Amino acid sequence: MAGTVQKVAGGTANYVDERTSIGAFVKFFARKLFPDHWSFMLGEIALYSFVILLISGVFLTAFFVPSVTPVIYDGPLETMQGTEMSEAFASTLHLSFEVPGGLLMRQIHHWAALLFTAAIVTHMARVFFTGAFRKPRELNWLVGFTLMILSLAAGFTGYSLPDDVLSGNGLRIIEGVLRSIPILGEYLSYWVFGGEFPGEAIIPRLFTAHVLLVPGLILGLIALHLFLVFLHKHTQYPGGGRTHRNVVGLPLFPVYVAKAGGFFFVVFGVVALVAAVFTINPVWHYGTYDPSPVSAGTQPDWYILFIDGGLRLMPGWIFGLPTEWEIFGYTLSWNILIPAVILPGLFFGFLALYPWIESWATGDKSEKHVLDRPRNAPVRTGIGVALITFYVVLVLEGCNDIIANLFSLSLNDLTYFLRVAIFVFPPLSFWITKRLCLGLQRKDRELVLHGKETGRIVRHEHGEYVEVHEPLDAQELWLRVNYEDRAPLDIEPEFNDRGVRRKGYRWDRFKQRLSRFYFEERISPVTPEDLEKARSEHH
Amino acid sequence: MHSLARRRYHRAAPVVLVLLLLGLITGIAAFVMSTTEARASEEVAADDVTEGQKLFAANCASCHGLDAQGQDGVAPSLVGVGAAAVDFQVGTGRMPMQASGPQAPAKAPQFAQEQINQLAAFVASLGAGPAIPTEEQVDPELGDAANGMALFRTNCAMCHGSVGGGGALTQGKFAPGLWETTPTHLYEAMLTGPQSMPVFNDANITPDEKRDIISFIAAQDDGSPGGLRLGAIGPVAEGLWGWLIGLGLIIAATVWIGARSS
Repeated sequence: MAGTVQKVAGGTANYVDERTSIGAFVKFFARKLFPDHWSFMLGEIALYSFVILLISGVFLTAFFVPSVTPVIYDGPLETMQGTEMSEAFASTLHLSFEVPGGLLMRQIHHWAALLFTAAIVTHMARVFFTGAFRKPRELNWLVGFTLMILSLAAGFTGYSLPDDVLSGNGLRIIEGVLRSIPILGEYLSYWVFGGEFPGEAIIPRLFTAHVLLVPGLILGLIALHLFLVFLHKHTQYPGGGRTHRNVVGLPLFPVYVAKAGGFFFVVFGVVALVAAVFTINPVWHYGTYDPSPVSAGTQPDWYILFIDGGLRLMPGWIFGLPTEWEIFGYTLSWNILIPAVILPGLFFGFLALYPWIESWATGDKSEKHVLDRPRNAPVRTGIGVALITFYVVLVLEGCNDIIANLFSLSLNDLTYFLRVAIFVFPPLSFWITKRLCLGLQRKDRELVLHGKETGRIVRHEHGEYVEVHEPLDAQELWLRVNYEDRAPLDIEPEFNDRGVRRKGYRWDRFKQRLSRFYFEERISPVTPEDLEKARSEHH
Repeated sequence: MHSLARRRYHRAAPVVLVLLLLGLITGIAAFVMSTTEARASEEVAADDVTEGQKLFAANCASCHGLDAQGQDGVAPSLVGVGAAAVDFQVGTGRMPMQASGPQAPAKAPQFAQEQINQLAAFVASLGAGPAIPTEEQVDPELGDAANGMALFRTNCAMCHGSVGGGGALTQGKFAPGLWETTPTHLYEAMLTGPQSMPVFNDANITPDEKRDIISFIAAQDDGSPGGLRLGAIGPVAEGLWGWLIGLGLIIAATVWIGARSS
């Protein structure tokens, strides 16, 4: 029996191989090594959520009708009976309440979308804090960054499709943001909506973007992202025997095929469980879109909340001066332009360019395949935490009414507090994080030089008491001393010996200043000489 | 210790004694309170307005004044607010107010329904005002929930949330959640506009429409077809749960999968 199965399998494999020569590829990929760590699976969560989104999305497109033609509702929902609504909204209700399994599928789709964006952000934070974006992976960081932006676009276009009050309000805000852009704004708004808001074009257009354009781009970029991961080989955490020139890990087959395959079902299982237990986006609470009602608790999904927060944070007057100007009959709304266009632009621009900013500071042109422990890059870690703090302050302001209600706070006072916090908290968290990192590095030095405290007190013959310290083993030592000791950049002088000003001096000076910001204050790793000295002093 | 003494002082003795004492105190208190209540209900037959005036003088007059004319900056005049306002404010425990704050929160009512009726009768005697609605006026079964939803969206949802989960107002004030509120109190709130709430008089929202709104709120008792509704306060709660439960569970799984089997 076993022999027959083997024969059939072998025959099939041979048939395919003779016609595609795929055997060599399979062999190559199966032997490919990957380092093992749980944090390397964060990107996988995003990938699997995307697969879940595709599967559940295909189901939803079979029933959703992207049209704003008005219809009269006649279905099982008592609170909607006889109401006029758009076909998009009616078909959403139909697929939720009349199609078997439809509501579960919709909830799976929406929860997977929240998870998709959350996993991307978490994965991006892991890559940032461990320095995985350094050469040769800068371009892949950019691909990943674009995927993050596309995930926001995918989420927002999907959120807007059911044409309920919440999604309509979201679109109205986007329209306002578009219109705040000087000169172009109005044209952009008319172009996107095909006329005056809301119009009849936007739902079909969003549908095309949501089911074709954005997922198509995401799919293509995922392929590129993964291809580059294969090309560059995966980074690894520092440890004994791991260098920038090797990969220590396990083969793709069978280890990771099993782990990753199983993990897909874990992700799908968790999403299905959450979708079965918790309601998400109950459009039947909100009703069909109508520009007049805006209910309390009107917020976008979490990943757009920071823009809402910026808009809520921005004052209409600063020290009595209005932030909305009128120039020759044209309105310039700084109060929308700054928080919703300029601020996200700067934030995302900085994120996208970060690998290059850091490489200017280090001046290092070599390839990096061993990750940094976050403590060994105190300024980068500080910047990362400051960015997260900035983002979180915006998100908190985005849900200020919910927070005020939940904790019985004054909505006004909370907003005033966060208006100060947005300026104070990020630098403060940068400073605290940097100090913590330097402290941890000092602790590492201490451990390397003097070993671990054992709590064992020994009394010498001459009466002195000492605590016995146990030296670290080789692996522990390697982890704590194997990082680069980088001094700030030195640059050539401004004038040469004939007193002629050097070209490119300003750019060099900028890089030097940046480098000082990064590396002025640093804790050097213990050198073998230091260790020798410390050990001889002990004995 | 002597064997007799050991038997006499059992280890649990102090605990038993304390419990007995507590039981005794509670029993006496319950007896005293039930007799007072019994006495109160006997006297309902007497003139409601006079009794209401006495209750008012003892419990409300320190802020609203003995003549219920109110005091500037402390408490409003109650002349003309009607029985409906009293039934709502006292019946939901908002009045008497225990501490000054941005607004009076609902708490356990301080008076029995008879006493509330007496207070209402007294306040209604001061000047004409809206009366307490009848059972039929507030019966959710008789309302049209779909029309109620349309009305609720336009008139109520901006403060109370899309289905009455509640929401924040300025300066620490808030629009409370409506699911625990009785139909009569919902009706009275619309009619009298307590605290920050505007008045929705019968010209604004007709009595039938008020009943439709009550019917829409009652429909929320069935919960959500999608499962637990996380307070029905919108996407913020969903995002928080997505991060904590969704991503939390999955990251726990990655740590488990990433751990070496050795």
